[in-house]
Amino acid sequence: MANLKMTGIAKSYGDVSVLEDINLEIKTGELIVFVGPSGCGKSTLLRMVAGLEKITAGELEIDGVVVNNIPPAERGIAMVFQSYALYPHMTVRENMSFALKLAKKSKEEIEAAVSKVAKILQLEDYLDRLPKALSGGQRQRVAIGRSIVRNPKVYLFDEPLSNLDAALRVATRIEIAQLKESMPESTMIYVTHDQVEAMTLATRIVVLANKGIAQVGTPLELYERPENEFVARFIGSPAMNLWPGEVVATGAQTKVQLADGCEALSNVPTTEADMGLKVKVGVRPEDLRATEGTPVFTGKVDFTELLGELTQIYFDATAGEHVIAKLPGIVHGLRGQNIRLAANPEKVHLFADGRSLLYR
Amino acid sequence: MHPALQGIITILVGVGGCVGYFYLSNQFLDKVLCPPRGKNAGRNINRANIIRPWLFLLPAILALSIYLAYPVIETLRLSLTKRSTLPDGSTAYAWAGLDNYRQMMKEPKFWEALKNNAMWLAVVPALATGFGLLAAQLTDRLKWGNIAKSLIFMPMAISFVGAAVIFKLVYDMRPIEQEQIGILNALYLNFGGEAPIAWLTTPFWNSFLLMAVLVWIQTGFAMVILSAALRGIPEETIEAAIVDGANPFQVFFKIKVPQIKGTIMVVWTTITIVVLKVFDIVFAMTNGQWETQVLANYMYDKLFRSNDWGVGSASAMVIMLLVTPILVWNVRNARREME
Ligand SMILES: Nc1ncnc2c1ncn2[C@@H]1O[C@H](COP(=O)(O)OP(=O)(O)OP(=O)(O)O)[C@@H](O)[C@H]1O
Ligand SMILES: [Mg+2]
Repeated sequence: MANLKMTGIAKSYGDVSVLEDINLEIKTGELIVFVGPSGCGKSTLLRMVAGLEKITAGELEIDGVVVNNIPPAERGIAMVFQSYALYPHMTVRENMSFALKLAKKSKEEIEAAVSKVAKILQLEDYLDRLPKALSGGQRQRVAIGRSIVRNPKVYLFDEPLSNLDAALRVATRIEIAQLKESMPESTMIYVTHDQVEAMTLATRIVVLANKGIAQVGTPLELYERPENEFVARFIGSPAMNLWPGEVVATGAQTKVQLADGCEALSNVPTTEADMGLKVKVGVRPEDLRATEGTPVFTGKVDFTELLGELTQIYFDATAGEHVIAKLPGIVHGLRGQNIRLAANPEKVHLFADGRSLLYR
Repeated sequence: MHPALQGIITILVGVGGCVGYFYLSNQFLDKVLCPPRGKNAGRNINRANIIRPWLFLLPAILALSIYLAYPVIETLRLSLTKRSTLPDGSTAYAWAGLDNYRQMMKEPKFWEALKNNAMWLAVVPALATGFGLLAAQLTDRLKWGNIAKSLIFMPMAISFVGAAVIFKLVYDMRPIEQEQIGILNALYLNFGGEAPIAWLTTPFWNSFLLMAVLVWIQTGFAMVILSAALRGIPEETIEAAIVDGANPFQVFFKIKVPQIKGTIMVVWTTITIVVLKVFDIVFAMTNGQWETQVLANYMYDKLFRSNDWGVGSASAMVIMLLVTPILVWNVRNARREME
């Protein structure tokens, strides 16, 4: 049970500024996921919440109390580290009870808490083992168990699954989702590189970039209505295709003239004043369809990937990045062909100066 | 020739010889003996890799067997024989069984040495390791920690005899009417002592003053090794402990120390072995008088002063017997550390 509030939070190491003016409110029961390119400060922000990193400027409130200068242990947070950070010289049981022992809880209380959590996480058989005698997945569960035992107000996860193999990752992801469901009152902040983790776990995603927050929203908001080019390209894989163009018709629908005689129709509304505006048209690979009519894009297929459920096609990349399209099912013999692609106006995004026209 | 020049030449020849040996023998192996060419290239590479370690170990094995194995056996033999000089000047050895050991057991000085060694063992490794650990932890957190580290490490570079001479000055005593040049007496008088004390001739405590010298030297060694071990502790386990609510003391004693326990034991036992062999300090400072005798100095006394080769060798064997189990254990520990 905890509300978190960040007001103007900034972080710099000496002269190097890493984060600037972060404003964010997190409500009880939310699972917030931080995503962003490597080195954008996700871990740093999380560690500031934990109290492991000093906050250079701004205020961090937990349940209305400014905690900037409160030591980690008194913030009511628990953290799961990427490397699990289990104490190698302690058994699983000792690992899980360490915090409670430090808090001078009674023996019975500790025993009860540990065995309850061990049961939830199916760790009962391993309680007397040392971490080195556990598999990666088991260690991961111990790390999570160690945080649950303390019954914290806020859980912090820093890429907790990145050391697991693909199958285990999926399994553990689902476990975390179920865990979250079983503790609807708990607030969680979760850092990840993995899009799928972000999309499936998050109640809201925070995209960090360029020292600040690029967008905050539910996974679908970020996918369907990205606020800027950065988020548009960052969320979704492969990334959204972008083509430069010029607005030639305005109104409830907007028409954009693209290069090579292509044009795009978008449901993003514009006004008279936007005539001639230089924009970028964005369409996700999965929103492109082969067409006979006016295309938004036409080009020669460079190569294709048959993925079974869909066929991923890459167009000639002479003019920069590959344009990528996903066509449903298995489509043979596209290589070397010229293809015309169109998109539903609903799925066509427009950006000017890097910002979406939707959010003007 | 100037001795310094001689020294430099010796060093050059020695180091050059080593480098030359390793380089040339390696070349010989790769180019002549097992060239990785032709139809047996793969087999040759494997063979070369099997031979190479032995090639590199050879000088060490030879040196060790000449300078270590042979003396041990010879000492054992001497400890079981009686050596006497015949009227014509030649020496004769007669089988003596355990006589030398029996005689040694009867000497109070031997028991004093044994008791003192035990005391050294109880004090020096513990203090040196403890101070080393403390220094390692504290200097790691200081801006000028590296300078502090160098200062603490410096005594390691001083020979035991040199250190003994330095501390002899520290413990020096002058008549009361003169200026004290020993800092201990100077302090003692300054803080209200009535008359200067001849520290080194005051039994019981003088042993501890000798131990201080070794602690002073070995703390640097302990610090360097332990500091490296401390740095090897995963930072995240420490952060996890902080989040779990551990204060700095708890982090140190419950998270850090247990994680480097193996290294602490290695350092401890290494110093223990040094202590068992301690000789120079006692020799240079008190020569075992005033109840400060230790085994190694006792051995020296017997062997080279009384010319009693039998008892001298017997005491050498005793030292070796005491050192061996610790050495074995130490090596095992160090191996386990490396895994
Ligand atoms: N102690 C430090 N001194 C100076 N700069 C630092 C320090 N720690 C981190 N940084 C910088 O802060 C930035 C943010 O680092 P952070 O670890 O938060 O990135 P991240 O988003 O977690 O990246 P990743 O996804 O790779 O884990 C990086 O550019 C890093 O170089
Ligand atoms: Mg990170």
